[in-house]
Amino acid sequence: MTAGKKKWDVIVIGSGPGGLAAAIEAKKNGAQDVLIVERDVELGGILLQCIHNGFGVELFGDDLPGPTYAQKFIDETLALGVETRLDTMVMDVTPMRTVWVTKRDGFEELEARAVVLAMGCRERTRPQIRIPGTRPAGVYTAGLAQQFVNIEGWMPGERFVILGSGDIGMIMARRLTFEGAKVERVLEVMPYLTGLMRNYVQCLLDFDIELQLEHTVSRIIGHERVEAVEAVQVDKDWKPVPGSEEIIPCDTLLLSVGLIPENELSRQAGVIIDPITGGPYVNEDMETNVPGIFAAGNVVHVYDLVDWVTTAGYVAGRGAAKFAIEQRKHVDREVPIEAGENVGHVVPHRLCKDTLVERDVQLQMRVKRPIEKPVSVELLDGHERVTRQGARYARPGEMVTLNVPQKAYDAVNKAESLQVRVVER
Amino acid sequence: MTEQYDIIIIGAGLVGAMTARFLSQYELDILLIEKAADVGTETSSGNSAVVHAGYDAHHGTLKSEMSVEGNRLWGTVAQELNIAFKRCGAYVVAVGPEELPKLDPLLENGRKNGVPALDIISGEEMRLREPALNEKVSGALWAPTGGVIDPFGATVAAAENAVMNGVTLKLNTEFQDFIVEDSRIVGIETNRGEFGCRWAVNSAGLYSDEVMHKAGVRPEFKITPRRGEYFVFDPNMVQVGEILFPVPSKISKGILVTTTTHGNTMIGPNAENIGDKEDTAVTQEGLNEIAQGALKLIPSLELRHVIASFAGLRAGGNAPCENPDVHYDRDFVIEIPEEVGGFVNLGGIESPGFTGAPAIARRVIHLLEEAGEELEEKPNWNRIRPARPRFHDMTHEERTLLVQKDPRYGRIVCRCESVTEGEIVAEIHAPIPATTYDAIKRRTWCGTGRCQGAFDIPRVIEILSRELGIPANEVTKKGSGSEFLERPTKEVST
Repeated sequence: MTAGKKKWDVIVIGSGPGGLAAAIEAKKNGAQDVLIVERDVELGGILLQCIHNGFGVELFGDDLPGPTYAQKFIDETLALGVETRLDTMVMDVTPMRTVWVTKRDGFEELEARAVVLAMGCRERTRPQIRIPGTRPAGVYTAGLAQQFVNIEGWMPGERFVILGSGDIGMIMARRLTFEGAKVERVLEVMPYLTGLMRNYVQCLLDFDIELQLEHTVSRIIGHERVEAVEAVQVDKDWKPVPGSEEIIPCDTLLLSVGLIPENELSRQAGVIIDPITGGPYVNEDMETNVPGIFAAGNVVHVYDLVDWVTTAGYVAGRGAAKFAIEQRKHVDREVPIEAGENVGHVVPHRLCKDTLVERDVQLQMRVKRPIEKPVSVELLDGHERVTRQGARYARPGEMVTLNVPQKAYDAVNKAESLQVRVVER
Repeated sequence: MTEQYDIIIIGAGLVGAMTARFLSQYELDILLIEKAADVGTETSSGNSAVVHAGYDAHHGTLKSEMSVEGNRLWGTVAQELNIAFKRCGAYVVAVGPEELPKLDPLLENGRKNGVPALDIISGEEMRLREPALNEKVSGALWAPTGGVIDPFGATVAAAENAVMNGVTLKLNTEFQDFIVEDSRIVGIETNRGEFGCRWAVNSAGLYSDEVMHKAGVRPEFKITPRRGEYFVFDPNMVQVGEILFPVPSKISKGILVTTTTHGNTMIGPNAENIGDKEDTAVTQEGLNEIAQGALKLIPSLELRHVIASFAGLRAGGNAPCENPDVHYDRDFVIEIPEEVGGFVNLGGIESPGFTGAPAIARRVIHLLEEAGEELEEKPNWNRIRPARPRFHDMTHEERTLLVQKDPRYGRIVCRCESVTEGEIVAEIHAPIPATTYDAIKRRTWCGTGRCQGAFDIPRVIEILSRELGIPANEVTKKGSGSEFLERPTKEVST
């Protein structure tokens, strides 16, 4: 180690919406030296390949394409004087916040007072859902196909079957149709849509693309390149219904079967991962169990709207700046927040009671089963209700947010644990 | 015939490549042909990647002799060829008191075969060595000479060392027939013309029956492919680092839990006789079967951490034979038959063929000498295949130096396995050029991690396109017909 080595206040790993927001907010909250490390050659992350609109409705009241949304934050990041290392891959993060990076001009060790993990998520792949059959070319994740088409300028095929009604899959169904390809079918194993309803309407219905619920791909056929897939209906236990097999000729199978937070670096840093979300256990500042290591956006849990990734990034950036400046130890007056009735998971996992003295806190959760009528979203201390709000419906594809107002301080203060639930009103 | 060789080897799987490599130490003109776009694409890369100790092959067979001798040779050969090989030892695990008596015959057979250092350990001891094991473990056979090897790297390294020492390798070259004069093979016909030779070696694996029939040898011999399916786990999530066999069944060594040289836990294979020599599809039934088998040994295995599945075909020779002394279903064929001159016949090289490969290669040399071939050693034979840099395995300090020398080693192409552009470019321009995605994958382990290529595929396509000077839509996964991309998008003019 060379003497007088530079110590960054905050190093942000990843420059997608979560990372950009974290860097901006860290800088605005007093962190002097803020660095973004990005593995691609430009800032923006996956937003750059999301050329469809639908971004910024919640934050700006504007319906923007991904690159335009990203550019707003890139401009602000650079105007604030955040430094960047592009085409640079982080190889290792230690619990003491040493960040090892590699890039074309060398392999380097960086030191930080606080680190924000903003690596985003990756797509589930064929082996993870265990589709039987051969292993030809022509089986891609929807996001990879999106990169081929929107960034590289290549069509990966002409006749597509899409497995999974996730948002990227539906958006790609429309995109590929624009490019003159035929999308034969979208298959979804669940009895309901897993992506946003608006994408179903705008990407499938408007283009006469058939969605089959409770169907999956039971076999891939073809030696060199995909020649067909076998589709099958499934029962409530996801078991194939005998006799329902159908061969659909196609040259490409796209998979839109879920996203997984990308946390390999987090694990190296000693961050403990929630097996339900696939992301770190965090508090309301998005701080992980490792002091000074924060997490922003899809690396924590997978959001449905980029706007919420940005706001989560703001929270993490503020927390990181505060930590970098104060080098504080986190106070212990924390209460765990647990997923109750009809809630799959909730973030944050724990809440410092004293934060409510300063500000409201947002809880975000996903429901387990859809309720297509008015619901009540509630925070409970045992049988006692701490706060509640209503919603018109609850769907697994759409994240539910509950605001915990400052006035809930007294109720939270005496709680030893809190539970959230989403039930029919 | 324009090209004349001393020896033509048909099939560049591990056995063919290893035979070429050992023969390359002599003053011989050797041609190695392979019908696929790369070496080692079939059985040699679809297997358990275990170098067996040799206790299970029936005593007195060629199989037992080759596997014990091959196991011994691998230590040196892996070092000379710079192949990743860990002699971590292997266990045969008995679950419940009823399986315990099945270990003794294995121990006895192993000792007769000359397997060193075999031992039977208690269930208690076994659970100490692998705490994740089924608590009903009653005992285990411990074979310290067993190990795991990089199966892809092994064939490439052997073939590359052969090429370094003057062997001609022709890929995409398919054997069609022999040219025979006066009852002696004098050449072969291929899809790429005729080649003359004094000797032809049949190392065609799954197709070894068809090749020997063209020579008029053993018309009753038939390969029945026996498919085995596997699951590979995320090394970050599942860490069973031992080779654990169940007690064997009649047709196979059973479904094992093992580890790769890259630290992935792997389970499989099942054993299903099938008719099609190209059917490497995985099936729902097969995957369920291997999961059940593996869970018997390690009940805590979580299938959600599976990152890859694949199937391989064992080249099993199990046709019934008129001569009761010949058991094709139990043994290799390694011979110079009398029916025709100039023919070395290797057939039914199924498991433990990988283990046996170096010994089989040496036996081929021995057979040639017995047949009167005078083999003269090359003075300048280089037995070392140098290793190329592997960023994944380096310390931070080594990485710093490497990136200073060549900045392409600073650009990560595969994030899960930390494979760099420098490594990929080096493989494309190696003595055996890697020209397809799968060829690069087998050499560098690029794309074998959690994201299964979702991150690296566009980058590898870009590099292959640039280095080979072809458009991106001509880059293939595994040769002609397996192109990744179709056409440019509307907005893009070419």
